[in-house]
Amino acid sequence: MITTDTGGETPHVDRHDPSDDPVQLLSPTGERVHHEVYSARADHLDRAALEGFYRDMALTRRFDVEATALQRQGELGLWPPCLGQEAAQVGSARALRPQDFVFPSYREHGVAWVRGLDMRSLLLLYRGREHGGWDAREHNYNVPTLVIGSHALHAAGYAMGIQRDGDVGTGDPDRDRAAVTYFGDGATSQGDVSEAMVFAAAAGAPVVFFCQNNQWAISVPTAKQSRIPLVHRGTGFGIPSVRVDGNDVIASYAVMAEALERAHSGGGPTFIEAVTYRMGAHTTSDDPTRYRSRAEEDMWRQRDPIARLRNHLEQLGTGSDFFDAVEAEADRLGEDARAYCRSLEHPPAESMFDHVYATPHAQVERERAWFRDYKDSFETEVVR
Amino acid sequence: MTERLTLAKAINLGLRRAMERDPKVMVMGEDVGPLGGVFRVTDALQKDFGEDRVVDTPLAESGIVGTAIGLAFAGYRPVCEIQFDGFIFPAFDQITTQLAKVHYRSGGRVQVPVVIRVPYGGGIGAVEHHSESPEALFAHTAGLRVVTPSTPADAFVLIQQAIASPDPVLFFEPKARYWDKGDVDVTADESSLGLLPAGEGVRPEASLLERASVLTRGDDVTIAAYGPTVRTALTAARVAGEEGRSVEVVDLRAISPLDIDTLVASVTRTGRLVVVHEAPTFLGVGAEIAAAVTERCFYSLEAPVQRVGGFHTPYPVANIEEEYLPDLDRVLDAVDTALSY
Repeated sequence: MITTDTGGETPHVDRHDPSDDPVQLLSPTGERVHHEVYSARADHLDRAALEGFYRDMALTRRFDVEATALQRQGELGLWPPCLGQEAAQVGSARALRPQDFVFPSYREHGVAWVRGLDMRSLLLLYRGREHGGWDAREHNYNVPTLVIGSHALHAAGYAMGIQRDGDVGTGDPDRDRAAVTYFGDGATSQGDVSEAMVFAAAAGAPVVFFCQNNQWAISVPTAKQSRIPLVHRGTGFGIPSVRVDGNDVIASYAVMAEALERAHSGGGPTFIEAVTYRMGAHTTSDDPTRYRSRAEEDMWRQRDPIARLRNHLEQLGTGSDFFDAVEAEADRLGEDARAYCRSLEHPPAESMFDHVYATPHAQVERERAWFRDYKDSFETEVVR
Repeated sequence: MTERLTLAKAINLGLRRAMERDPKVMVMGEDVGPLGGVFRVTDALQKDFGEDRVVDTPLAESGIVGTAIGLAFAGYRPVCEIQFDGFIFPAFDQITTQLAKVHYRSGGRVQVPVVIRVPYGGGIGAVEHHSESPEALFAHTAGLRVVTPSTPADAFVLIQQAIASPDPVLFFEPKARYWDKGDVDVTADESSLGLLPAGEGVRPEASLLERASVLTRGDDVTIAAYGPTVRTALTAARVAGEEGRSVEVVDLRAISPLDIDTLVASVTRTGRLVVVHEAPTFLGVGAEIAAAVTERCFYSLEAPVQRVGGFHTPYPVANIEEEYLPDLDRVLDAVDTALSY
């Protein structure tokens, strides 16, 4: 039985009154910081593991910068940069198990990379070639939905399915699963995100709501969307919630690890607010100079998540050979992305009629036949 | 073996059969559990299938459809109940920009076999938002199938075929006809229903999801109707028959796709077409039919296609709804007009 019988009483909920101080395990200058609750979640991360995190972040950034350049050069119609959010994405994604299922927003390039996606697939959407671009089930990483916040409900529903499959609370690390949804600060204003938390809380569903508060919903700052820190949005629904320094890859890992343990063990949903900063534009069609100050950008540039981890690794003794090798790998990744992007040709026009339905639909088939005849009529004229 | 069932009971039995057949089929919505839904269409299902498969959801329509999409990703076949037609709009985004497009967006890799049941139409003396006919809005959206039964027999088959379909289906139930009785072949099984294994859908030759039904043969005028207006159309055919006019009645059953071939075959013979629905005529299903039939059998038409339906107003107050709804007199008037050319 999944549904909790409370005998008509409102169940007692531990509100986990979250601190407004974000969890931090790595200081802005790269020193490990002790945290009473969360340090234990990250103690096992040795230098090799953190070098892996660094590589993920550096490659994500290189790819992201390359894609931004490709847009500027007319090779992509649009690109939403994740510049500055690499720690929140890579740290949280590194805590996932392969069987966990991710419903992302469109800016989660670092999560996609960690899930094992060929990052070049991310270009297909923005090249105008596909609406999606990959098989969601191959890496348990869905294609993004572009209507803000809609996918939070899909994650809640997927988690209800996990409950019905009995893949929660078994204690088997290869079996217990969770759904994870990524969204931004702006999405927390959407009704669907609230409804997702209502449904998840009511069902006790194994889902993690990972909100990257990057301070700006295009041009509107978080302060104009919420009178309270976003982390309190979760507690209002009776969902254990935590605020984390999203530019701290170790802390981002630790809070996600805790949330997933709760979900996997049958403890229900968690809301995470990762405080970070969108160092680039919302998308390449945006101009941040119209709404935010250079001083603010400079302040956040000082908190660069990759520089922070590099400082830490250097303190641990990681040498320049490692960083040079990552940089070389990143350059190859960028060049490869560029070559791939430019090699993409338009799909056949008639493919617009494919997959509208899973089974043939008379209206689509009538229109497909008409379109084919129409196109053929031009080819006949050319032959003449 | 047939049993005499109300339309509501036929849907209830169809849901039960689908749940017995496939453990992945779920029912979810507001008050669908112990209450059995406000129209009792899900009566006793929770008692027999449990709270995990018949889910009383929080009161949030977007949440119902959005979580159903997630459940479909996880391999389930949710049947959502929207309590009344006018309450579907909080879920409009999830239905039209998500449910309808998941399969397309995924490049055919992810199917979302979700059925959304919607009691619709007027004539029950209800308050605002409880009598609307929004089917055209959904039929206009590619990726959705839209069907609506008019009889208990069709309802019993259609609900099971809709659940078996790999595509999302909007299942509009004529609430004013919930208590109409009819003979239902309750022995229908997977084979006679044409249900394919492994969620592959329905054999085309057995499927009602794309096929209209010719209810009465006639030579002078075709009346196309669906859902709640089919009974009115049949009455009009009988009355017109008494006046020596031979009327053919076509029950569309499917709104997306429209079975234009059946209509064209009929109108090619009769030369005259009257389309009847409760929804406003402006940019409605009748408008599409008029255009499609005109394109296909222009030289067979003896008169312009006539439309009988709701007006371009919000659904009016119950005191005067009978003047808004297409009734027998307005249908007969349209038949007369078609015959006057």
